[in-house]
Amino acid sequence: MHSHLGVYPSPGVEAHSDGNELTSPVTANIWAEHSIWTQDPGFARALAGGVTSLLVLPGSGNLFGGRGVTLKNVYSTSYQDMKFPGAPHGLKMACGENPKRVYGQRNQSPSTRMGNVALYRAEWIAAQDYMAQWERYQAKADKGDEEAVAPVRDLKLETLAGVLRGEIIIHMHCYRADEMMTILALAEEFNYRIGTFHHAVEAYKIADELAENQVCGALWADWWGFKMEAYDGIQENIALVDRPENSCAIVHSDSPEGIQRLNQEAAKAMGKGNRAGLDIAPEHAIRWITQNAARSLGIDDVTGTLAPGKMADVVVWSGDPLSVYSKADLVFIDGALMYDRADPGLQPVSDFELGQLQGVVR
Amino acid sequence: MNRISVVIAAALLCCQQLAWAQTLLIRNAEVHTMTAAGVQAQQDVLLRDGRIAAIGKGLEVSADAEVIEAAGKPLTPTLFAGITGLGLNEVAQVRSSVDSGVTQVGSPEMRPEFTVIPAFNPHSSLIPITRTEGFGFSLLGATAAGSIIGGQGRTVMLDGGYESFAGEPVLFVALGESASVLAGGSRAAQWMLLEQAVSESRSTPRAGDSTLLTREGRAALKQFLRAGTVVFSVNRASDIRQVLQFAERHGFKAVIEGGAEAWIVAAELATAEVPVLLDPLQNLPYNFDQLGARLDNAALLHAAGVTISFSGAGTHHARKQRQMAGVAVANGLDHGAALAALTTNPARIFGLPGGRIEVGAPANLVLWSGDPLEVSESADQVILGGKLQAMESRQTRLRDRYLVRDPKMPRAYLN
Repeated sequence: MHSHLGVYPSPGVEAHSDGNELTSPVTANIWAEHSIWTQDPGFARALAGGVTSLLVLPGSGNLFGGRGVTLKNVYSTSYQDMKFPGAPHGLKMACGENPKRVYGQRNQSPSTRMGNVALYRAEWIAAQDYMAQWERYQAKADKGDEEAVAPVRDLKLETLAGVLRGEIIIHMHCYRADEMMTILALAEEFNYRIGTFHHAVEAYKIADELAENQVCGALWADWWGFKMEAYDGIQENIALVDRPENSCAIVHSDSPEGIQRLNQEAAKAMGKGNRAGLDIAPEHAIRWITQNAARSLGIDDVTGTLAPGKMADVVVWSGDPLSVYSKADLVFIDGALMYDRADPGLQPVSDFELGQLQGVVR
Repeated sequence: MNRISVVIAAALLCCQQLAWAQTLLIRNAEVHTMTAAGVQAQQDVLLRDGRIAAIGKGLEVSADAEVIEAAGKPLTPTLFAGITGLGLNEVAQVRSSVDSGVTQVGSPEMRPEFTVIPAFNPHSSLIPITRTEGFGFSLLGATAAGSIIGGQGRTVMLDGGYESFAGEPVLFVALGESASVLAGGSRAAQWMLLEQAVSESRSTPRAGDSTLLTREGRAALKQFLRAGTVVFSVNRASDIRQVLQFAERHGFKAVIEGGAEAWIVAAELATAEVPVLLDPLQNLPYNFDQLGARLDNAALLHAAGVTISFSGAGTHHARKQRQMAGVAVANGLDHGAALAALTTNPARIFGLPGGRIEVGAPANLVLWSGDPLEVSESADQVILGGKLQAMESRQTRLRDRYLVRDPKMPRAYLN
């Protein structure tokens, strides 16, 4: 969940900085897949950590950041070959500090949290109108009206209308509990669904509300404090979000390091939850990085659990997957063995890393 | 109440009674001594007046001594939090709450006389947050912000004292790709500037000379030329070799921080007896200085005879050092060597007493719920200077406030 592999690849040089289209707070027209550098060495590292599928998102500098893309973790020359077949599109949105900082510094809107909300609402109103135009056109066309003129396509509003129609899942970067409650109210006002709040370091404060609204929380095990809206982070966040019935807690990474060790992040969250008396079994904690993540991406009917008929996306671990000492031994994607820790011939090397450090004895 | 809660409750009870107790017995612990004695099961450890007074089986204590039952759990020295801004930085992006670096303050450009020590605040929320995870000391770093010389830091004990500093001052220098912007765009200029600074520190400039250093800066740098410890933040193998030559030329005790490609020059580091503070999670080419980054860097350096410790988790996430050590073990480092890298090695590198469990050593200890390097385990009890530390932080207070279901009053009243 929540990767920037390919859009903020390694090496993280300026020329590779393709994750944030910081030219307008509303860039629902952009698609992360068009930024993906498929030779990011990070894909190989994530594979060695047992990652078979991932959601790559644009950054969080904009209120409407653009469409994310769900990938299978298989190297290819084109991102097209990596796309998870049939996965719904997602829309990255952002609350809070980032958009207001980026645009406020330029003396543009939004420069405050209330400015953020005003812009969300203006765009949803426009999207409702756009959707209605297309519905009117479609109704006429369906009746055989040859005079009917299709509205001009607008890529931004097309994405937002997709959300309103329930076809595109919202992935909302949001840290503070009060802001998440504001967003839930907006979703009610404009009749759309929030799929997942990402980062959400204060999700533990509204765990019941998230479960009631069937909203997932894609969370860190212990990351906090790097900015003001992350100041209230606690290590029991995931376990507390997991506590209510029908909850959907997810361990996410947001970094090329974290994505390699989602199992360890889950173990940390489980350990702290158990110390707080929440009684979390390992077979439950593993759902935070498998089934619940698949649910958030709208692909839980085809992956995320080991069940007959599902895609054979399988990891064989060297030991308890929730131990720091365990590693992925074998990684199968769609039934194909794509990584074998014992066989260098089954460990992919990106074009970028090939032939580097010539002469150095490894 | 589950088992852990019982332990915590017992510990808190002890804590209130024992805050000023002079004698404390830890009964039946698996003692990771970090000495030649290795790991000793079923040991009692007696603490008196802030020091370890005795270690052995079935120690007798006077009636006034308080006793902690360890029930066979691991006991280690408190861990090293790496190079951080603990007590210097509250929220990383709230610039006004960050004191770990100085941007250029007028001319001249290099300020080796800058020291972060006066900014240290022992009441920062980050200190209990880090301490409760088993960390007892950290090297306060001076971030290179205005020039490649960041300034001075020093090791601090995380016991909440205003003056809990230990060891000698340490100078910080940043090199390589990430510091390029601080030295005119070329890493060759980094060496040009460092050599000029060293030269200035050895002579008094004539009136009208353009200088890199103030008079105080010259005096400060000169101090380090007499076997002072200088931490070089550097990753590329060829740059590390330059550091070794520079340190030898001018009499610094060099320490490498980062060292993503240190394994390539492991033999030279071992010969020069230059330690490396590395991040064992670093296995990606984040820039062109780190093309050789690999997960078994720690294991390779250790095998070559290089003294290693860990750093790189940063200030807020210093507690991640424990996971970093675990990952190093998963990638070939011996468990005892990984624990040494978090305890006795950094103590030795930065000239502190302790980092070992032996008679006479400072009583800075952690009792763990299980394997100290396993991510699902936690510190059950931290002891600093022989005193039980409250296992409480701003984060555990938030946790406890929101653990309550359906409170009758707003949570602001749950204190």
